[in-house]
Amino acid sequence: MNAQVPYDHEIELSNVLERCNAAARENAIPSQDELPEGFSGTLGHFPVYFPEEIAHAAGLLPVNILGGGNKLEMKHADARMGSFVCSICRSTTELGLNGTLQGLTGFVTHPICDAAKHLAGIWSRNLPDQLAQILYLPQNVNTPGAARYIAAEYQRLRADLEKKTGRAIDDEALSASIRTYNVNRKLLRELYRIRRDEPWKVSCTESYLLLRARTRMPCEEHNALLARALDAIRHRNLPGQDKPRVVFVGGFCEQPPLEMLETLDETCYIVDDDLLVGLRWLIEDVPETGDPIWALAESYVERSDASPVQHDARKSKEDYLMAMLKKSKADAAILTAAKFCEPGLDEQLAWSKHLDAENIPYLVLEFEEKMTSFEQMSMQVETFSESLLFALA
Amino acid sequence: MSTETLQHPAPTETDDFDPRAEGQRLIKDWYAQLETANQRNAAVANVFVMGNAVEILRTFDFELVFPEINSLQTGVRKASEEYIRLSEDYGMSPDVCSYVKADVGLILKENEHPAGRIPKASLAVASNMCGTFIKWAEIWERWLKTPTFVLDLPGQRAAGWQVRPGDAQHSADARWVEAQFQELITQCERITGKRFDMDRLAEVEERVNRMVDHWNNVMALNRQCPAPFNAMLDGLTYIGIMNVHRGTEEGVEFMRRLEAHLKGKVARGEGRVAEERFRLLFSGTPCYVSMRRLVELFETWGGVFAYSDYLTFAAGGMDATDLRYDTSRPLESLAEVTALAAQRGLSNQFFAHERLAQQIKDYDVDGVVFHGIKSCRFVSSGMADTREYINKRLDVPTLYIESDLIDPRYWSDAQIKNRVDAFFEALQQRGGAGPLSRKTVATA
Ligand code: SF4
Ligand code: SF4
Repeated sequence: MNAQVPYDHEIELSNVLERCNAAARENAIPSQDELPEGFSGTLGHFPVYFPEEIAHAAGLLPVNILGGGNKLEMKHADARMGSFVCSICRSTTELGLNGTLQGLTGFVTHPICDAAKHLAGIWSRNLPDQLAQILYLPQNVNTPGAARYIAAEYQRLRADLEKKTGRAIDDEALSASIRTYNVNRKLLRELYRIRRDEPWKVSCTESYLLLRARTRMPCEEHNALLARALDAIRHRNLPGQDKPRVVFVGGFCEQPPLEMLETLDETCYIVDDDLLVGLRWLIEDVPETGDPIWALAESYVERSDASPVQHDARKSKEDYLMAMLKKSKADAAILTAAKFCEPGLDEQLAWSKHLDAENIPYLVLEFEEKMTSFEQMSMQVETFSESLLFALA
Repeated sequence: MSTETLQHPAPTETDDFDPRAEGQRLIKDWYAQLETANQRNAAVANVFVMGNAVEILRTFDFELVFPEINSLQTGVRKASEEYIRLSEDYGMSPDVCSYVKADVGLILKENEHPAGRIPKASLAVASNMCGTFIKWAEIWERWLKTPTFVLDLPGQRAAGWQVRPGDAQHSADARWVEAQFQELITQCERITGKRFDMDRLAEVEERVNRMVDHWNNVMALNRQCPAPFNAMLDGLTYIGIMNVHRGTEEGVEFMRRLEAHLKGKVARGEGRVAEERFRLLFSGTPCYVSMRRLVELFETWGGVFAYSDYLTFAAGGMDATDLRYDTSRPLESLAEVTALAAQRGLSNQFFAHERLAQQIKDYDVDGVVFHGIKSCRFVSSGMADTREYINKRLDVPTLYIESDLIDPRYWSDAQIKNRVDAFFEALQQRGGAGPLSRKTVATA
């Protein structure tokens, strides 16, 4: 059968999205047999940012550990982590204890908050065979010397991975990984551009699924998927609807359930967001020449985004939100925070006070990855969206 | 860091040094100084107890405000609820650190604190040792426009992490810390209009060295049986002075006299409790609204807190004799020691099982009491898992209780008493020789 199937962008997109959806909903990690070619193991990394290039060059598939979603049954973690800790930390602990993440070669967390730092201790006590550690990304990126310190920290990680895998990570491999991820960065920038400029072409949920897929596949494969998806999205010919343009913030670490994003999509165009911001933390390409470790470290300081869990004297959180609103020409903001996420909750309040002062409408929502009921939220969002449309009319 | 307005019966004194009264006096004087700081146009810095570069700030004559101590003092003085409620009415989540909420309450009350008026700061130094410090400082930054310096102190990266002074890892970390100190110094020069004086830094360091020497001796005295002080009552006064007066002559003198006083007690065989039956380790932060009561629940069973990891991390981790400043190279040495001390302080939390295992041995304790604080994820997030490890792998009995640092709404007396009583009953059943029949744990 060699008949030419006409190209149908909707079918193409739905195929890609199906693949992404499967990847995004997957808590399990590929077993040794299922590893893509060229990879000898998996390296779990907790949000927000992790220099995936280093793991990629070591032949370890970077797997972003994003908690357990809303289908996970908690059997062990309740006894090991207080109920006052955010869901992503508790469910990540569960996935460690129930064997789902047993096969990881390593697990890296970051000093984004205290709960996240504790995961390294929990890991070392319960999964002692894995390389469990805190990658100490600095909370001060303003002092000259920050890039040098980050580079030293990356070199340490590189050496640890080399020791663990028995495979040297040479500069060439690192540079090749940087190039692969630069392609990815470019594709993701384009995806978000379309979200801002033509939000009727791709919903927040679709874009989120496309992005999240990178957490379970090699960057090369993700690049190919994104390219196919973007092409299909550009071909899409959907009419614009009467929906307000809003931005979504609060998704930098724990992830809202997909149903929540779908609920928001129904009544709003979410024209920008901070969902999984760690996967697109470096907002420009990383230099492809020179010392690759330095290029990554320096990019962290000079070419990075912002989040409630990164202090940077050059970027106030309010400016960050205002810039996002302005760039995406949004009318309003949805200010979310994960339950029990102290940095998120602090920021949510600060943002709301700022938007009050700026006279910009907003909706405050608290979520948990494990939530399963969205009716109340749906009503809130609908009311909010109607009030916006009314005000804008 | 209590300042001992907590009422408790002091043991019979045979010298004229009363640590509680003297501690109270020093704290009162400090608050009195703060009260007039803005009028005197003194430079004022907000600092945290962990990772604060106090040595540098003192060379510029900054008056130091410790917002954590302000918050805990609202608890000790039974006024915390009012401050916390004010901040919640303003919009703060019930789920965030109650120290922060009390401080926001303080801002809303225009700095009227039960201990006096708190001056406006011209600088804030926040470290990354607790993530909340940074979010807290950001509140001052946006609300009060306080210039903020975030001091990034890399902690222990993984279990079994061995860093020796001067090795490659320590050198890399110290270099980073020193670069930040250099920048902080520039900022201090700008704010105060004074030139940095390296000799003065050496002088402050020399006083800190003496203070830390006495501090370490004091801690070691509690390895004696009976323990001369209760780490979670008397110890709170000591650590309060350690923080507030770090690097002052008064601080050195307090620690010197304290050591002599406690040595006297040890020589006389006087313990904190009349009959020491159980030696315990307290892991976590105090509950300042009910600390006296909590300690009483233990002491009526003859249980004394011989040590608490709080006394390590809440003073920034300066708990070992190798942490001494080399005053011939003041700045480099400050960076080197700070990097190591911070790592130790952080290890107490994030890899708590390793440090606790050592402290259990050092203080020869019969059990560990974990005090979880919902709103303090720094101490509480890994606690249940650490407890499991201590129980199962080290076979050391443990108790877990929960309340809050300063929010009285979380103190449930009957429930806590039941748990404490059940714990002691289990300890009794476990048997074994009482501490007094054991030989002295270690010498000071
Ligand atoms: S959701 Fe918030 S509290 Fe939880 S790990 Fe992430 S940043 Fe920390
Ligand atoms: S979270 Fe805990 S350690 Fe951090 S500031 Fe609050 S009370 Fe202190």
